Amino acid sequence: MAAARIARNVLSRSNVFSLQNIVNKHARCCSVVAGSTQHALSVKRRIDKAREASLLGGGQKRIEKQHQKGKLTARERVNLMLDPGSFVEYDAFLEHDCTDFNMQKEKYPGDSVVTGRGTINGRMCFVFSQDFTVFGGSLSGAHAKKICKIMDQAMLVGAPVIGLNDSGGARIQEGVESLAGYADIFQRNVNASGVIPQISLIMGPCAGGAVYSPALTDWTFMVKDTSYLFITGPDVVKSVTNEDVTQEQLGGAKTHTSVSGVAHRAFDNDVDALLQLREFFDFLPLSNQDPAPIRDCYDPWDRMVPGLDTVVPLESTAAYDIIDVIQGVADDSQFFEIMPSYAKNIVTGFARMNGRTVGMVGNQPKVAAGCLDINASVKGARFVRFCDAFNIPLVTFVDVPGFLPGTNQEYGGIIRHGAKLLFAYAEATVPKITVITRKAYGGAYDVMSSKHLRGDTNYAWPTAEVAVMGAKGAVSIIFRGGKDQAKNEAEYIEKFANPFPAAVRGFVDDIIEPRTTRKQICQDLDVLASKRLENPWKKHANMPL
Amino acid sequence: VANTQQYGRSIYTSGARLKQMYWNDKSVEGEPMFEKVLIANRGEIACRVIKTCRRLGIKTVAVHSEADSMAVHKRMADEAVCIGPAPTSQSYLVMDNILKAVKDTGAQAVHPGYGFLSENTKFAAALADMGVQFIGPNSKAIHAMGDKIESKRIASAAKVNMIPGHDGVVQDAEHCVKLANEIGYPVMVKATAGGGGKGMRIAWNDKECRTAFRLSSQEAASSFGDDRMLIEKFIDNPRHIEIQVLCDKHGNGVWLNERECSIQRRNQKVLEEAPSSFVDPVMRKKMGDQAVQLAKAVGYDSAGTVEFLVDSQKNFYFLEMNTRLQVEHPITEMITGIDIVHQMLRSGKGHELAYKQADVPVDGWALECRVYAEDPYKNFGMPSIGRLTKYIEPLHIPNVRCDSGIQEGSQISIYYDPMICKLVTYGASRTEALNTMVTALDSYVIKGVTHNIPLLRDIITEKTFVAGDITTKYLQKTFPDGFQGKVLSETEKHELTALAAALYAKEQLIARSFKNQSRIPMKTELPTSWKLEVHLNNEDVKLNVTTKDNKFEVQIGERVYKVADTISFSTPLMDIKVDGQSHLIQLTERLGGNRYRIRYHGTVFPISIMDEQVAQLNDYMPEKVTLDTSTVVLAPMPGVLKSVSVSVGDSVAEGQEVAVLEAMKMQNSLVVAKSGKIKKVNYKMGDTVDEGDILVELE
Repeated sequence: MAAARIARNVLSRSNVFSLQNIVNKHARCCSVVAGSTQHALSVKRRIDKAREASLLGGGQKRIEKQHQKGKLTARERVNLMLDPGSFVEYDAFLEHDCTDFNMQKEKYPGDSVVTGRGTINGRMCFVFSQDFTVFGGSLSGAHAKKICKIMDQAMLVGAPVIGLNDSGGARIQEGVESLAGYADIFQRNVNASGVIPQISLIMGPCAGGAVYSPALTDWTFMVKDTSYLFITGPDVVKSVTNEDVTQEQLGGAKTHTSVSGVAHRAFDNDVDALLQLREFFDFLPLSNQDPAPIRDCYDPWDRMVPGLDTVVPLESTAAYDIIDVIQGVADDSQFFEIMPSYAKNIVTGFARMNGRTVGMVGNQPKVAAGCLDINASVKGARFVRFCDAFNIPLVTFVDVPGFLPGTNQEYGGIIRHGAKLLFAYAEATVPKITVITRKAYGGAYDVMSSKHLRGDTNYAWPTAEVAVMGAKGAVSIIFRGGKDQAKNEAEYIEKFANPFPAAVRGFVDDIIEPRTTRKQICQDLDVLASKRLENPWKKHANMPL
Repeated sequence: VANTQQYGRSIYTSGARLKQMYWNDKSVEGEPMFEKVLIANRGEIACRVIKTCRRLGIKTVAVHSEADSMAVHKRMADEAVCIGPAPTSQSYLVMDNILKAVKDTGAQAVHPGYGFLSENTKFAAALADMGVQFIGPNSKAIHAMGDKIESKRIASAAKVNMIPGHDGVVQDAEHCVKLANEIGYPVMVKATAGGGGKGMRIAWNDKECRTAFRLSSQEAASSFGDDRMLIEKFIDNPRHIEIQVLCDKHGNGVWLNERECSIQRRNQKVLEEAPSSFVDPVMRKKMGDQAVQLAKAVGYDSAGTVEFLVDSQKNFYFLEMNTRLQVEHPITEMITGIDIVHQMLRSGKGHELAYKQADVPVDGWALECRVYAEDPYKNFGMPSIGRLTKYIEPLHIPNVRCDSGIQEGSQISIYYDPMICKLVTYGASRTEALNTMVTALDSYVIKGVTHNIPLLRDIITEKTFVAGDITTKYLQKTFPDGFQGKVLSETEKHELTALAAALYAKEQLIARSFKNQSRIPMKTELPTSWKLEVHLNNEDVKLNVTTKDNKFEVQIGERVYKVADTISFSTPLMDIKVDGQSHLIQLTERLGGNRYRIRYHGTVFPISIMDEQVAQLNDYMPEKVTLDTSTVVLAPMPGVLKSVSVSVGDSVAEGQEVAVLEAMKMQNSLVVAKSGKIKKVNYKMGDTVDEGDILVELE
């Protein structure tokens, strides 16, 4: 009884399949011939029953258990994430066809995933939400088929796919069928990459081969304390390497957002995650055929930002927060940071300029002087490539003393990884606007969206210094063994520690007052909205992976 | 008009009569004046002095530390000289550097402002040797009044009312206890060279007396380089009222009425007003006359302040004389119309006082709130630091004066006083000045640093304060458990809730305003009503919002609030009408997931708003575990550890001091909240710590 009540609750809340409607239609059928009436009625009953069962997933007990863990059910999540009443479900009746281990006796309409489409603030997206209450959300052939279907549809119309992951792994009873299912999804993830945005929100366990689907999507978000991503769990780790490690340490949200860089951001709980996902979604175009979204903007496009005039400290080694600069220029000071706890020496994220989504990249002088190292390069490169793939203009704030030197970095392959960021910027054809706030030294200057990598507009603040390296190092080479190095250093600083060497060569288009930065960027974005630039035809580039 | 232009505004009285700010500022036409003045100070007071100099056509020289290279005072002055690195002991306090700047720039006079070298007789003497005028009293007067023992003798001789106490320096802690017992508790232990609440403590028994002596003398040694201590009877529940005096080199002197400075925390003033609601004309004259008697007795020849303690019977006792321009001088200027800085310059130049006592009126009422970068929730104000990412002074409001030395983008650093601004309002009556202050504080936008506006805003509407019933104990009495933020009435709670709900609805509408997303047709119909649950102060309120003719109708229970759609997420300050009545709110932060931080009546309230169905699901979300602060000692503010008195394994008792943190020149004793064994000590003496750093952990 209780189960039926909950099912009705869920039904009425979803507003799509109202029981009332079904009953009404059912009543209208009554005048038909007796025999076929009987049949029709029984079919109707079967439909109702199956739908009710499908809405209940693994049943009341398991729903309660899910709630006790501080997690929502697959349907609650979908309803919360999408606009009320917009969810259209696919394959609510699809069941697994496994007969081994007596599995034919345990069937749930819809199996262990809820799939469909709906809108977020009026815009279309496709969604799958794994149902932990059915077989622990394990992936059966049927489960995979459902996901593949909505992915195919999403590709067909050009709309994003959002996956809400909460699954124990493969359906072991199904064996290779389940593995095939994963691979079918992987293939679609890859085909869809760069065509439609793909977002994964990990809301429970996600282990084994399953982790590679989120890894192939554009964005992986996690829920703190209740989600885990790992290749093998703590038990296997213990038996293979004899390491003692908890789930949280091995693959919790903190690990993946701050140590491994696997996840892009973590949220407090299911509700917070889904609400913020809605806000994140609003930044993205629906596909690579759509322009970066523009929304109403009430923040004057030509607003002066007087605080920026003093944001760069006079002492060229003193730190400041590049996020102050980004928030200073962004609409309503709103900035959705991506990977805020990983490779903090580079800052990436989305903001709006005069209503239009832009991707913001900035070296962070507050952390490791804002130098580029392996992690920062990879973080930046992936962000830049996403923006380029989806027509999102790039705004880059440069204050970089160079690439981080040392054996650690060299052995780790900084050359290979640094090249990724260089490659990403050079390859990008979206509007690229660059502001050098202070240091732009060495190869890192070239990398950071420089004029030479087809930067569309490149500005320098009066505090900008574009040079091969800092004064001390430079002087020790130019005047090797020179006597009056202090004087030489002063000469070098006089010559290079200012924006002129770059400006007289046209490598920066203008030297601007920091307070005018927002106005300049907004103006340029308007002009560059009609930018057309294509790279030479190729099957695909060979990025230094 | 020229003189008021610099503040960008003029003064209005209740009769809407336009007045210039210094409408009563007198001087003799064509009298000679300095051509160039150096200001040996920083921040707001340097700016204040520069403004008057500019008005008078005097060229100005600023001195600044390296950290202040982009400071407002440096840029306001005609010339600027860098006098050293950031720490004051290497810049603003280094006499030689300033004297060199005077010589190099050819300044004829030096205005010292307050603090730093303003009461340093050596500095005044050195300037005199160079033939440069020190804008302040002669060094003899500074010396006599600067020494608290000497000043008492002089005051006593000049027939000024005195507090019982010991006539001399306290030798050590034991001597201190002995004297305390002679005078009778409570007693006040304070540094002879002290001021501004530093090196000053109250003791109620022998044990406290010893601690007070130890901490105060240490503080005095580090702040003033002089650890001599005084002791005197402590007057319970007193008011702190001071008289501004103005004297010349010709033996003339007038008093410019009183200032009520009772609202203090840790003996530092927070809120001042002039006149005092407690002082009647007879008492004012008595106090004023005694103050001028004292000034004349020491041959005083500039602007100065005589501080009195006043008991509930209107008896007043001499406290000390400050031989400098006082921080709170603007309120006196507002009610007298006199530019005190100008008059200081005039007497410095040797001109005769332009005022007779009858020329000094009490015209209207002025209030001053000291807006500080500090956290009012901790001990009524612990210094905070940061960068002013957004900063807008409420100068668009008539009768508001802001004396500040910072602007958007400025850095509030650990090196200097954390004052952001002196916010002054003026009115024909106290009520008028108070009402203006309410609007001014609500309109004041400060982001990037924690500030004390929540506390100030609460005080000026608190009923005993409004009634004028205050003492120096006001804060402890009014907020016995510390300041907890604005306590909302039922109506206020609903209004704030309605405002927040309207904000949510507006945000939902903007979120749907895509302009170029037409390839897949959007669902275009906008929602027109929402069923919401608003979470504020641990309470959930269910309500309905409907959009109707440019308004949001918010229904809470039976009541419908009509909130005008003047909501903007782009302006930090919103003036939104609820049922036709104007409400000033500030959206200080949008945290995502429809969580806002809204400043309302001064206090910032975290508010979370959810669709009713989302809120139902939210009940399943687990509570996040927060750090148990009873087993740790956190740094209450950024600073340097002066000492760490425990090590791992030590047993400590509840309330035992484990470390002393020095920040902004104040020594803060950090104690454990419960008894236990020390598990970890994370920092050592001399370490620099940030606010919230865990210093010591208990088992």
